[in-house]
Amino acid sequence: MSDSHSYPHEPTGVETRKLGFWIFLSTEILFFGTLITTFMIFKGRDFPGIKLTDVYDIPFTSVSSFVLLMSSLTMVLAHNALENNDQEKTRVWLLSTAMLGAVFLAGQIYEFTEFYHKGFELSSNIFSSTFYVLTGFHGLHVFIGVVLLLALWGIGQRQKGLSLDGGMNLEFVALYWHFVDIVWIVLFTVVYLI
Amino acid sequence: MTKIIEPKKQSNIFKRPSSETGIWSWITTVDHKKIGIMYGYAAFFFLLIGGIEALLLRIQLASPDNNFLSAAEYNAMFTMHGTTMIFLAIMPISAAFFNYLLPLQIGARDVAFPRLNALSFWIFIFGGVFLYSTFLFGTAGAPQGGYLAEEVSRLGSAPNGGWFGYQPNAGFKYSPGTAMDYWAIGLQILGIASLVSAFNFITTILNMRTKGMRLMRMPVFTWMTFAVSFLLAFSLPIIAIALFYVTFDRQFGTTFFLTEGGGDPILWQHLFWLFGHPEVYILILPAFGIVSEVLPTFSRKPLFGYPAIVFAGFGIAFIGFGVWAHHMFASAISPVAQAGFGLSTMVIAVPTGVKIFNWLGTIWGGKLKLNTPMLFSLGFIGMFVIGGLSGVTHSIVPADTQQTDTYYVVAHFHYVLFGGAMFGIFSGLYYWFPKVWGKMYNEALGKIHFWLMIIGFNLTFGPMHWLGLQGQVRRTWVYAEETNLGFWNLIVSIGAFIIALSILVFMANWIYSKRKGPEAGFDPWDARTIEWSIPSPTPVWNFSKAPEVKSLDDFWHMKYDEDEDGRPVRKEGADALLAELEEEGLNPSEEIVLPNPSYFPIILASGLPFLGYAVIYKMLPLAILGTLLILIGSFGWGTEPLEEEFMEDLENE
Repeated sequence: MSDSHSYPHEPTGVETRKLGFWIFLSTEILFFGTLITTFMIFKGRDFPGIKLTDVYDIPFTSVSSFVLLMSSLTMVLAHNALENNDQEKTRVWLLSTAMLGAVFLAGQIYEFTEFYHKGFELSSNIFSSTFYVLTGFHGLHVFIGVVLLLALWGIGQRQKGLSLDGGMNLEFVALYWHFVDIVWIVLFTVVYLI
Repeated sequence: MTKIIEPKKQSNIFKRPSSETGIWSWITTVDHKKIGIMYGYAAFFFLLIGGIEALLLRIQLASPDNNFLSAAEYNAMFTMHGTTMIFLAIMPISAAFFNYLLPLQIGARDVAFPRLNALSFWIFIFGGVFLYSTFLFGTAGAPQGGYLAEEVSRLGSAPNGGWFGYQPNAGFKYSPGTAMDYWAIGLQILGIASLVSAFNFITTILNMRTKGMRLMRMPVFTWMTFAVSFLLAFSLPIIAIALFYVTFDRQFGTTFFLTEGGGDPILWQHLFWLFGHPEVYILILPAFGIVSEVLPTFSRKPLFGYPAIVFAGFGIAFIGFGVWAHHMFASAISPVAQAGFGLSTMVIAVPTGVKIFNWLGTIWGGKLKLNTPMLFSLGFIGMFVIGGLSGVTHSIVPADTQQTDTYYVVAHFHYVLFGGAMFGIFSGLYYWFPKVWGKMYNEALGKIHFWLMIIGFNLTFGPMHWLGLQGQVRRTWVYAEETNLGFWNLIVSIGAFIIALSILVFMANWIYSKRKGPEAGFDPWDARTIEWSIPSPTPVWNFSKAPEVKSLDDFWHMKYDEDEDGRPVRKEGADALLAELEEEGLNPSEEIVLPNPSYFPIILASGLPFLGYAVIYKMLPLAILGTLLILIGSFGWGTEPLEEEFMEDLENE
């Protein structure tokens, strides 16, 4: 904005787009909160039929969780590289983040297929319904994240490269990505470990 | 001379829309004023439809053992009446006020995200159209061999499980056909619209305030918008998930709310009312805001206890999340929970009472001018107090158990949502009419509207109190002659038609005055807040330069001083100042860059109903079409040049 423009902006000191994005993330907490609450309510109930504990494979899911967590690291490295205006490295780290996210998604697809073949289907009973809707909703978020990362990587191929201001830039994608990772830490604990 | 620099009409892929008049200027607009006006008209259209549905219900109930509507049609009508009035009439008409007024009240040029604002509006439109397409494509069969099994007309092919969609009644087993899917997915789409607008308004209020507009100097209407936006942002995700569950149960064989697979129908009630009770405050708080603007203006006194009214608003919003189970006293919740929610229901009456006393304190000793907006605001206080008092009776669990599902409850919530919210909204429509159109409405017709409406309203909903206590049950399409309920039901139905008549008077006034009304001037009410310090109708750039606010009710203090007794004395230079303000408002002295119009909000929004149809009819091509529209919309959205980039280019040239 030029100085001739008399309009003051941002009395909070936080950039408007970033503020809006934080508010968006705060509502995401309620989305996942409702899903997790439902899962917890039914987890404690006694109902005949197949349960998650009959089919799951904790070592496998631990590995894919680790992969997702590592993608947060590469995301930080991408952000860091962009702050140093190293376009080449930014692109490399962006692509690796997307790849790690894709590996996690592949793991989830494999896991779902395995469970399905063992008779743990979406409509088997309340335990399977809550499991698939909760982890599937998270998987959808990861998928959107991967699409955003790839889109950023694509935009980064331009002559101008990426920058940290304007539009849906790397910083927002990073915020979103970290949020999705944190949610997974909660989900992994709630769904698999306790 | 006016210097408005329009950004270049080009983009990377598509040409930017450039129409400034005609239909395309409305379709592509991102101007908060135009969007506000469109919200208003669309919501009023749905209000009329919801009203017609209500009239059909009242014709059916006007006499005992009537067969004007079939049972199936009656179910569809009361479901669509509730759903329409709440989600398609009152919420969007509040959004119309938010859109038009919020930037003006905080001295901004637009909302924080103008294109997202357009997106909210178009999602709302497509959601409403999707929901109403059930009358064309929906099927609402009755369970095979069930009591209701009969040939169902088009009118009866709408959602029929109530606006609250209680499970398992609204599940596939007891509500076969596609109508309840239209309901669940339609509400889902409408929820996205409100959620997006909530992000937008919160960010706007926090970050777009002009110089000196501290939080505690904001007009109360802005404060209430702020509270409503938080309520929307934190309650809609809950219903969104619950509606996902409903759709999964109905379409993909899950059992979230069905005991057969281990699910729990009471969970639906919890999730629904955890959203549904904050929703009640989403509907009423905007009216609180409007009334808090109208009363001081027409009493010529400052609002009594401004901080109290602000904090009471937030108190209501906060406690509003802790009272939901009072809708569920008749379900099997524990006595401890009943006592707890009974208590919190009594507690929430306290901040509401604070507000009532603030309003009474505001008009106490004031020089009242009884124009139409003021009449509606006074009517609001009276009707809302009645509705509030009958509401508190529900906190007494044994009494509530007696009243559950009777017309007493219908009377209560119409006193708060019609007598409260709608009276406040009409007050606001008359109050800001001259601001929006630059013309004055017809005062005589306005007063006729008010008196017809308050008489019709009390005839309609007053007798419902005793009808309910006599045992007339909600949602039943006939009552027997022997119950002796016929007389008061006839009165109720007559009242409903008086309301309809008053709405016709309102429409006539609106249409006539908008064209032929006298010029209003830019400060017809001698008002207090800064939206009246700019010309009417509002210029496209709102403020020609950013105003600097020095106090609460800044515009008033520009015009008035106080004498020793604290009475207002008009400043000597006030009239000259007003003339200067109008001159300046019409002729900005600096370059103004307005947000660009855009095609993409409507394109993105148009994808959602196709996804909805794809889920209902399990048709892959529709899903692909919907996804494509969303992708095209998002891609175009992301690649459109922003105003900032345009400014940079301008400077580089």
